[in-house]
Amino acid sequence: MMIDWSNFTPWAALAGGVVLGLAAALFILVNGRILGISGIVGGLLTPRKGDVVWRLCFVAGVLMAPVSYRLIATVAAVHIEAGLPTIVVAGLLVGFGTRYGSGCTSGHGVCGLSRLSPRSMVATLAFMGAGFVTVLLVRHVMG
Amino acid sequence: MYHNRISEFVAGLLFGTGLIVSGMTDPAKVLGFLDLAGAWDPSLAFVMGGAVLIGFFAFLIARTRTLTLLGGALHLPKATALDKRLVIGGLVFGAGWGLAGFCPGPALVAMAMGQPKALVFVLAMLAGMQLYEMLERRTSTR
Repeated sequence: MMIDWSNFTPWAALAGGVVLGLAAALFILVNGRILGISGIVGGLLTPRKGDVVWRLCFVAGVLMAPVSYRLIATVAAVHIEAGLPTIVVAGLLVGFGTRYGSGCTSGHGVCGLSRLSPRSMVATLAFMGAGFVTVLLVRHVMG
Repeated sequence: MYHNRISEFVAGLLFGTGLIVSGMTDPAKVLGFLDLAGAWDPSLAFVMGGAVLIGFFAFLIARTRTLTLLGGALHLPKATALDKRLVIGGLVFGAGWGLAGFCPGPALVAMAMGQPKALVFVLAMLAGMQLYEMLERRTSTR
């Protein structure tokens, strides 16, 4: 395994991570909820009275982030190498898998691990493992 | 009442900002972490590290409370079972993540940045979530 020193950004990663942690801290201590995107968004598909507006407010904040960020700094370029068919399959898998497994990188990865939740540790190992294997197959085994 | 709505919005804003700052909105950076056999970018581990560093203390405090700082209900997950759903769901999610380098949060931000492929991903993701809902409805009485 060789380290990609040219792309490794430890300080930006750490700083961004801290901001994510602060978001999760705010969400649990002030709003009493787990900051889990798949759960927050997924819940919008089965809307119940009194359970919709808070989700929309959160999502609105997420969507506003690049807009407000651009006022103070340039947003780094986004490189999407996957073609449209792969994007669609990926989206379907992520959508289904996060709901079936009750969480994603924010819910299980950030909040779950922070809580020392055994469920989240298992979930994180599962999705990390699958992620590693998938990239190994796509980049180094196939084509 | 409105305090909660404002706080939720701010949390979303902070979350999106954290994703941008950490570089997680760039699938290439995420895939760089998942590419163990290639040039490996450990950045994502540092993102998680920074997040859990803060989160650990936040949840330590949350565990001792029954109400939020605004006096509202505190919804901590009660499920404890390590079941097949958890693992299969994780594996399926991870496979999708490894294919495009997107998970729900970053995809939303990238979509808001005007990336057409991110929009397609989000739509497909919503379809996948809806498939889950349909499956749930079929296998339970609601």
